[in-house]
Amino acid sequence: MLPEMSEMPNAPVAYPRMVRPLAGRVVAGVAQGAAAQLRLDPVVLRLAFVLLTVVDGLGLVAYAALWMFTPKEDVPKEEAKGREPARDWGQLAAYGVLWLALAGFAWLTGASSGGFGMWPIAVGGIGALILWQQADPGRRQRWMSGAVKQVSASWVRTGVGALLVVVGAIGFLAASGELAKARTGLVFTAVVVGGMSMIAAPWLASLVKELQRERTERIRQEERAEVAAHVHDSVLHTLTLIQRNAHDAREVVRLARSQERELRNWLYQPKQDADATLAAAVRRVAAEEEDAHGVQIEVVCVGDCELNEGLVALLHAARQAMVNACKYSGAPVVSVYAEVEPDEVTVFVRDRGKGFVLDDVPGDRMGIRQSIIGRMERNGGSARVRTEPGDGTEVMLTMKRER
Amino acid sequence: MKTVRVLIVDDHRLFRSGVRAELGPSIQVIGEAEDVESAVKTIAELEPDVVLLDVHMPGGGGQEVLRRVLGSGSQVRFLALSVSDAAEDVIGVIRGGARGYVTKTISGAELTDAIVRVSEGDAVFSPRLAGFVLDAFASTEAPPIDPELDSLTQREREVLRLIARGYAYKEIAKELFISVKTVETHVSSVLRKLQLSNRHELSRWATARRLV
Repeated sequence: MLPEMSEMPNAPVAYPRMVRPLAGRVVAGVAQGAAAQLRLDPVVLRLAFVLLTVVDGLGLVAYAALWMFTPKEDVPKEEAKGREPARDWGQLAAYGVLWLALAGFAWLTGASSGGFGMWPIAVGGIGALILWQQADPGRRQRWMSGAVKQVSASWVRTGVGALLVVVGAIGFLAASGELAKARTGLVFTAVVVGGMSMIAAPWLASLVKELQRERTERIRQEERAEVAAHVHDSVLHTLTLIQRNAHDAREVVRLARSQERELRNWLYQPKQDADATLAAAVRRVAAEEEDAHGVQIEVVCVGDCELNEGLVALLHAARQAMVNACKYSGAPVVSVYAEVEPDEVTVFVRDRGKGFVLDDVPGDRMGIRQSIIGRMERNGGSARVRTEPGDGTEVMLTMKRER
Repeated sequence: MKTVRVLIVDDHRLFRSGVRAELGPSIQVIGEAEDVESAVKTIAELEPDVVLLDVHMPGGGGQEVLRRVLGSGSQVRFLALSVSDAAEDVIGVIRGGARGYVTKTISGAELTDAIVRVSEGDAVFSPRLAGFVLDAFASTEAPPIDPELDSLTQREREVLRLIARGYAYKEIAKELFISVKTVETHVSSVLRKLQLSNRHELSRWATARRLV
């Protein structure tokens, strides 16, 4: 709609008084004020005034009366110092032309005294209204200056508008009994319009093509800007950090690895909510532990499902297993494999590190007994730890799926 | 043990020299190529045992090299090596005829091992590729058109699962009480199914995974 509508100040009073805004007025702001009061588009009221003017000059009288009784809108002083907002002359000219055309028709047919002949004019008016509303003020301005650069895409509305205008015109001719006489004239018009469109068609076609090319170019530029922004925020930033931490090999590896993972996700992974599904959650947990401990964690997921309470417990246990593997195994890589089957979910956390003897773990160490095995059993799952000194460790976590 | 003659195809010079330096003594790098055109030409000239193939390259990428070289009836074996983890790329080059897929983060020793394996006609699956295959073959509910090609046996599933869990072939053999040769047979059989199965779900699955 018209931009000035949105800029109008919201009156804090319970029953806002009708005022005449200065910004965006065509004549005196009466129609605009009334439209704001009735929450309509000002164009509707302007058209109504124009139509009523044709009928015995009623609109003119109504407009004058409202003009007199409606106060001007109060403009805050600091804003008022600027020069008074200009009239939209383009619109005024359009309404003037419309009025002239309607008045001409009305005078020719005597329809101005009301009656049946008035209806086709009304229909035609509505059609014209729709057509006119199609164009936003910016585009209207361009139409006024004659440089057409963009064509509206909402063909349906345009079509309906045009149809209404044509129906109005034919209805008017039929109503005044001129249709038969006008036939030769119509044929002549059709030939002229046909010829004109033959001439204009190639130009229009090239215009449309140009337009599409421009649009594609714009989309491409937007995409490029987005990629550039992403690269700047992530990759360039990390590269700077790497240069500053060049003396610390471990930190450099950690930075590079976390950036790689982030970029990989951005490029290849389907967008997913990190807390909604198992696969995403496993990846997130692995990423966090990888960052915290500087040990590479390779994650492979097969299948996926929604998280529930049991699976959240499974996730916590898996995290603990990853922490243990990173901290104590000494292995450079930890493998995590999560598989969702129809009736159960299994997660394996494996390293090829030192390994240990399960029975030698002191009873007060909470990691394996409580955080992994105990947690899984409390939640109706099971955990199995397989390890031998020198042969690495594998933790297998299983949780039945509720169906 | 005879040395394996390898050609490295990658558009990053730094990466090519890095790989060259990392490979073990059983591998002999006989050449390098940096795009599709030079790769096709050099493969025809040098006839290497194994081609280390980058997936993303100017001029159509690894899949184009596979199409043109294997299309001309060559028996050269390809091992795809890429930074990309995208299902589309992984499944794409395997279906294009590569005998294995590993990511560039692989260690020198493992890469050497993988090259030797491919040169002997076996298949090489990274944990992630194994995961993709399990996912792709599990995700169909429609009955297979060709049961022999369109589904995995229980044993093949077990092997793939262990690969996905990070097990090496030797460890898998120990775990399942079978020989390494049998593990290799299972993996090769999965590779064959992956390449020959004309289930269109497979390609559709790979594409959908990216678009979701």
